[in-house]
Amino acid sequence: MRVAFPFSAIVGQEQMKLALLIAAIDPTIGGVLVFGDRGTGKSTAVRALASLLPKMPVSGSCAYNCNPEAQSWQCPSCAAAAKENPAHVTMVPVPVVDLPLGATEDRVVGALDLEKALTLGEKAFDPGLLARAHRGFLYIDEVNLLEDHLVDLLLDVAASGENVVERDGLSVRHPARFVLVGSGNPEEGELRPQLLDRFGLSVEVKTPEDVKSRVDVVRRRDAFERDPGAFTASYEETEARIRAQISSARDRVGQVIVSDAALERAVHLCMELGTDGLRGELTLIRAARALATLEGDDEVGDSHLRQVAPMVLGHRMRRNPLDDAGSTVRVERALSEMFGSSGERHIV
Amino acid sequence: MTDSPPNRTTAWQDAVLAAALLAVNPPAFGGVTVKAASGPVRERWLALVREFMPTGVPVRKVPLGVSPGRLLGGLDLASTIQTGRPVLERGLLAEANGGLLIVPSAERLESVTSALISAVLDDGFVAVQRDGFAMTLPARFGVIALDESRAEGEAVRAALSDRLAIRIDLDGIRHSDAETPANLSAKISAAREVFASVQILDDHIEALCAAAVALGAGSVRTPCQAASVARLAAALDGRHTTAPEDLAIAVRLVLAPRATRLPVLENDDKDPPEPEGNPDPPDNQTENEPPSDQQVDAEKLKDMVMEAAQAAIPAGLLELLKAGSRQRRKATMGRSGVQQKAVARGRPTGSKRGDPRTGARIDLLETLRVAAPWQKLRKKQRPHVLRLDLRRDDLRVKRFKNKTETTTVFVVDASGSSALHRLAEAKGAIELMLADCYVRRDSVAMISFRGKYAEMLLAPTRSLARAKRNLAALPGGGGTPLAAAIEAAAELGQGLRRKGQTPSIVFLTDGRANVGRDGKAGRTQAMNEAVAAAKALRFANLSSIVIDTSPQPKPEARQLAEEMGATYLPLPHADAAAVNEVVRLNMRSAR
Repeated sequence: MRVAFPFSAIVGQEQMKLALLIAAIDPTIGGVLVFGDRGTGKSTAVRALASLLPKMPVSGSCAYNCNPEAQSWQCPSCAAAAKENPAHVTMVPVPVVDLPLGATEDRVVGALDLEKALTLGEKAFDPGLLARAHRGFLYIDEVNLLEDHLVDLLLDVAASGENVVERDGLSVRHPARFVLVGSGNPEEGELRPQLLDRFGLSVEVKTPEDVKSRVDVVRRRDAFERDPGAFTASYEETEARIRAQISSARDRVGQVIVSDAALERAVHLCMELGTDGLRGELTLIRAARALATLEGDDEVGDSHLRQVAPMVLGHRMRRNPLDDAGSTVRVERALSEMFGSSGERHIV
Repeated sequence: MTDSPPNRTTAWQDAVLAAALLAVNPPAFGGVTVKAASGPVRERWLALVREFMPTGVPVRKVPLGVSPGRLLGGLDLASTIQTGRPVLERGLLAEANGGLLIVPSAERLESVTSALISAVLDDGFVAVQRDGFAMTLPARFGVIALDESRAEGEAVRAALSDRLAIRIDLDGIRHSDAETPANLSAKISAAREVFASVQILDDHIEALCAAAVALGAGSVRTPCQAASVARLAAALDGRHTTAPEDLAIAVRLVLAPRATRLPVLENDDKDPPEPEGNPDPPDNQTENEPPSDQQVDAEKLKDMVMEAAQAAIPAGLLELLKAGSRQRRKATMGRSGVQQKAVARGRPTGSKRGDPRTGARIDLLETLRVAAPWQKLRKKQRPHVLRLDLRRDDLRVKRFKNKTETTTVFVVDASGSSALHRLAEAKGAIELMLADCYVRRDSVAMISFRGKYAEMLLAPTRSLARAKRNLAALPGGGGTPLAAAIEAAAELGQGLRRKGQTPSIVFLTDGRANVGRDGKAGRTQAMNEAVAAAKALRFANLSSIVIDTSPQPKPEARQLAEEMGATYLPLPHADAAAVNEVVRLNMRSAR
């Protein structure tokens, strides 16, 4: 496996990085969509997550990433092993699984183990990408080009948190809870509205227009390609700091206070922007809470709401074709009306 | 400023240089986009690349309409059945490892194919997740994308061309000029040894980035690629560090062909012109004095690079940039909708589980592939089935082309006769139609004609804001070069159709042609030519509508509509909503 480019070495793109961290702290937020210009480090950022995030405990070398601490479901082999040796736990990096375009359905959901079926005539299940992504991230680059039937399948699993394979007497059911991360370029095609709505956060990335950022990008890329090991090591300290921040945030996220006033603000904002459904409010609160935790605050404040509102609400608004202003501008407008234009922080 | 600097090389020399750089280390910068019609010059260039490459390296061609299975690999059905164990058939991408991948007719590449190639260029390996196989196969290669586009708006998909550092244009090079250079092969082999250790100086990185920003060239990848090309150029010259001449090469081959604006030679870090605005620097501004003597070396270097950039901007592009019209040959701007519009989902790819009895066509090969692994198991259950034991779960049906995308081409008469009374109303009608196109997620394109020519006002796009802006800024006045407009529309329409889209053309005109194709005034001649063009449009079988914008409907426009086989619609009392309704009905029938 190649060394991944360090998360903290990515130049700029703060919104994208923040969205990924928020999703890492609270996976129930429902995934991140990164849309925008080519070459802005979308894939790089997602793939960097595996080494950035704190490792997670897994039962042995389980193919389904069984959580030894959870009592709910264990795959057959873990259940069998648990009877004999309950303490067998390993720490592994959080899985960041690529779902490449052109993947076939059998590899996504899992299917008959080819080798065993052909050579031994044995019926065994070979877990697919969904099993591998359990408790981690499922990343789809060029998500807007993904075949429709795979999209439907993903929506199903993402909604239920469970993958069910029934075929020819092969019957498997295993949990598949993951943070869906999609990236793409709108020029290559629109994303289906059903899928768009599934994503909790959506950020737009743009090519930096200033010389300095571009110089930084080239320099770091050049340094990384020359000596990946040394380059990664030079960022390890920063990475460790972020890692610790996430760890503590995950522990504290349940304790952060969401006041009625903050709730009210969130609801108002959603009404103001005419976002469809209740999912907007819920996600807005959750994202704001995750951000507050990340920043070490004890209570959700205006600044948190303000910071996450564009990524939560931008893709949920009904589009008005004759309003020239893009969704970002409209969110910004509503935010300025509610919080004042400065964006300075004051606790609700 | 159009004067050639003394060291300006010819297009062919640059092409040879590109071939040499590619051959030093094909994966180092992605590859080359070669704009050229098929012909002896292109063949000679390709032969040259092969000659420069080490012997025995794989060279693979990606056929148009290639299936993801062939690209990525999958279960080898015959061998699997024969040997009784799963056998992986490697795809084209894995086969090209260490060599070259040639993409002919790259402008017609499907979005999925382009995305698959792009992913491999980024990763250096193929991720196979197909037919029960889960593995990564190394795939590091250089891509040669052969761009044969002719019509406006045609171009290699931005996602792919963005990853291919070098762009060369072989059109216009005479066969006799395409000489085979001497002694390059030895230099290339030597460069292979040196390349890994070539350093690029910090100043040089800065100069390249500044030039990329000033030219509005490409994405974040572009300066990285320019840096790689500069390092390769140094390696080719046998040096261990980059020199200014390497930067000049990188600028010429990587940055200049992607320019979307004219660089302003003065200190432009502070306020680079807005890419979306009107980067229309007056001509005199670009003819700056050379930098004063006090300036530090870094500044000099930047200026040198910038000058090289300016000198290297292709002549045709330069004209357009000067005119402020950047629709033709749009370089990668990375803005939604600005780019040439992609075919939405392309052609049929693969198959899915399904029942052929519902009317779908069975995909036999895929069905067998799915059934193969089960045979041994089933034999145990049902030993009496002697041959292949197929079950309903195995059945795979072909997935057909998604609904093709409609592109509405508006051809707007902005001549004096139209402008006087009706241009504003026509604009209103178009705006309504645009909103409607937006709702349906159709693309729109716009051609306007006045004076002597027809011009592409807006390449096919989904960006409503952009369409509206261009429409609002449309000036009126001048003659009516109707024939030119009809021809431009036909050309665009046919180009769109080649890309799998459904074009629908809407003419807004009074039909009174008075300027011929040669740009000369003369009503009779102009009308005859317009009628001929209209017949050609009908012959091309393009769906069209003529909206007569004259205050009293005249026979000219009606005649024109008849010749085109178009729906005729007078707009006597400006009722934009009614026009919109007719257009909509017509489009529905065009699908």
